Formats: sequence, C-alpha cells, structure tokens
Amino acid sequence: MDEMKASSSTYELKPWVQRLVLFAVCFVFWLALVWPVSPVDGQLLPGDIAAGLFVSAFVAMVMKEMVRVNFIRFVNPRSWFWIFVYLFVFSYYVLKGGLDVAYRVLHPAMPIKPGIVKVRSVLKTETGRTMLANSITLTPGTLTIEVTEDGIFYIHWLFVNTLDEEEAAKQVLRRFEWFIGRIFE
Amino acid sequence: MNEIGMTTNEIIGLALIIIGVLFDLSGCVGLVRLPDVYNRIQASTKCVVLGTTLILLGAMVSLASPQAVVKGIICILFILITSSTAAHALSHAAHRSGVSLWDKSVIDRYAEDHGHENNEEGAL
Repeated sequence: MDEMKASSSTYELKPWVQRLVLFAVCFVFWLALVWPVSPVDGQLLPGDIAAGLFVSAFVAMVMKEMVRVNFIRFVNPRSWFWIFVYLFVFSYYVLKGGLDVAYRVLHPAMPIKPGIVKVRSVLKTETGRTMLANSITLTPGTLTIEVTEDGIFYIHWLFVNTLDEEEAAKQVLRRFEWFIGRIFE
Repeated sequence: MNEIGMTTNEIIGLALIIIGVLFDLSGCVGLVRLPDVYNRIQASTKCVVLGTTLILLGAMVSLASPQAVVKGIICILFILITSSTAAHALSHAAHRSGVSLWDKSVIDRYAEDHGHENNEEGAL
C-alpha cells in the first residue's frame, strides 16, 4: 500500500539496525522457550545459549526483508495502551466465538445458515488489515476468505443475519475496526 | 494441600484443562457434523483455538512458575497467529480451486465477483 510505504520510509531503519532488532527478538524468544520449567533440576545450559545465538544470527542474516514493521508505531505508548485494551475485547470475542460455534455444532438441529458476504473496511494500512482479518477469523462464526487491495473483505459467515452490505459490516467488522484503527493508524 | 492431595492452583488448572478439552472435542464433533469445507474450518479454528488456549492456561496455573507462564503466553500467541492464518489460507485455496459451498448456503458474494476459477468449463 502506498500510504504504508510513505509513512514507514520516513522512519526507515538502517539495514543493520533492522537485523540487530530481529536478532534480539529471536534471541529473547529462544531464551524464553529454553528456560527450564522446573527450577530444581533445570538450568540454562551454555550450549542452549550458544545454539540460540547461532540460530538467531542465521535468521537475522537471511530474513532482513521480512522486517517491514513500523517500529516508531510500536514504541508509541498510546499504541501500547490500545493494544492492552484490545487484548480484553479480543479475548471476550474469542470466548464468545468458541461458545457460539460449540453451541451450533452440538445442537441437534444444527442451526446454521452459512454464506460468503462482502464487506468494506475503512482501514488503510496493511498491518491493520492483517490484524483485522485474523481477528475476524477467530471470532463468532466468521472466517476471512479474501482481502483485496482496496479493502474489501470476503467473509464466510456461519449464520448470515443480513444480506445488506452495510449492516453486515456493522455486525462483523466495526467492533474491531475502531480499536485497530487506534493501534495502527 | 487439602484432603484430596491437590493444591488450589492444581484444581483450578485441572478445571481449565477439562473445559479446554471439552471445547477441543466440540471442535472435532463440528469437523464431522458440519456440511462443507468452510463450515468445518470454522469449527476447527474457533473451538480448537479456545480449547487449546484454555489447556495452556490450565497448565500455566497448575505449574505456577514464571517459566511456565512465559512459555504458555508465547504458545498462545503463536496459536492465535498461525491458526487464523492457516484457516484463511485453506479456505481461500479451497474457494479458488472450486470447492462449492453447501447447497443451503444463502449467499456467495465471492463467487459472484470472482467466479470459481476452475469452474468455467463446468468441471463441478
């Protein structure tokens, strides 16, 4: 997306800084995962750390192009606050989604009315749309099938309430769009 | 410790794990009962994500060590990201290769706008 490129190139980090950030992230994840669960018999071995350093360095060398995230956005405390709020909203919808699908599946008559609807999102950035698409997939009865360049989401809906595009967008998209807009845009 | 020989953490953790397993089970039932690919993907993402998250939370609570919590949170994060991405990729691929929706589906705006790509010669 053009806006995305324009905004990130303003803060574009130097390639070696990008690699360093990627290296640090990989290494921290590695340490968290090899950190032994039991404090009695488990210790962090030097071999584990060496392997982590090696693998993280390799990943950082190979994957330079993967780091396209706008880092300035991520150190912005306002974004962090909204991410924190969004976490609760999202958890609520994940719980509701699981209960809803479990109910429809276990109900003897299986009350489903599936279909693919088309809705338009107001989000502009790629990161925002990706997050929205993933959130939709994890919440009550909706599954993103395709997102087009101009922000149209095709969504498989387990129980199609309405055939109207605006009304569908209201029911499926709007509950997340506001938060994601606050985080990324 | 109480009379059944478990700590409170272990009891809460076990309860969470049991609820999680029930959600996973209902996801599997959905995989068998629901009519088409798209509905089945729905069941297998939603119920399984919730179920597996609850199982991990249960493990975190019953082990109650910082290491377990960190690992659990990382695993939950990975499950959330990968399962929704996989569901999207699978359903998109299914639609592109011309897998039809269930007969009683009410609408298919994606097929109206794009058509089933392999369907033009009446293959399905």
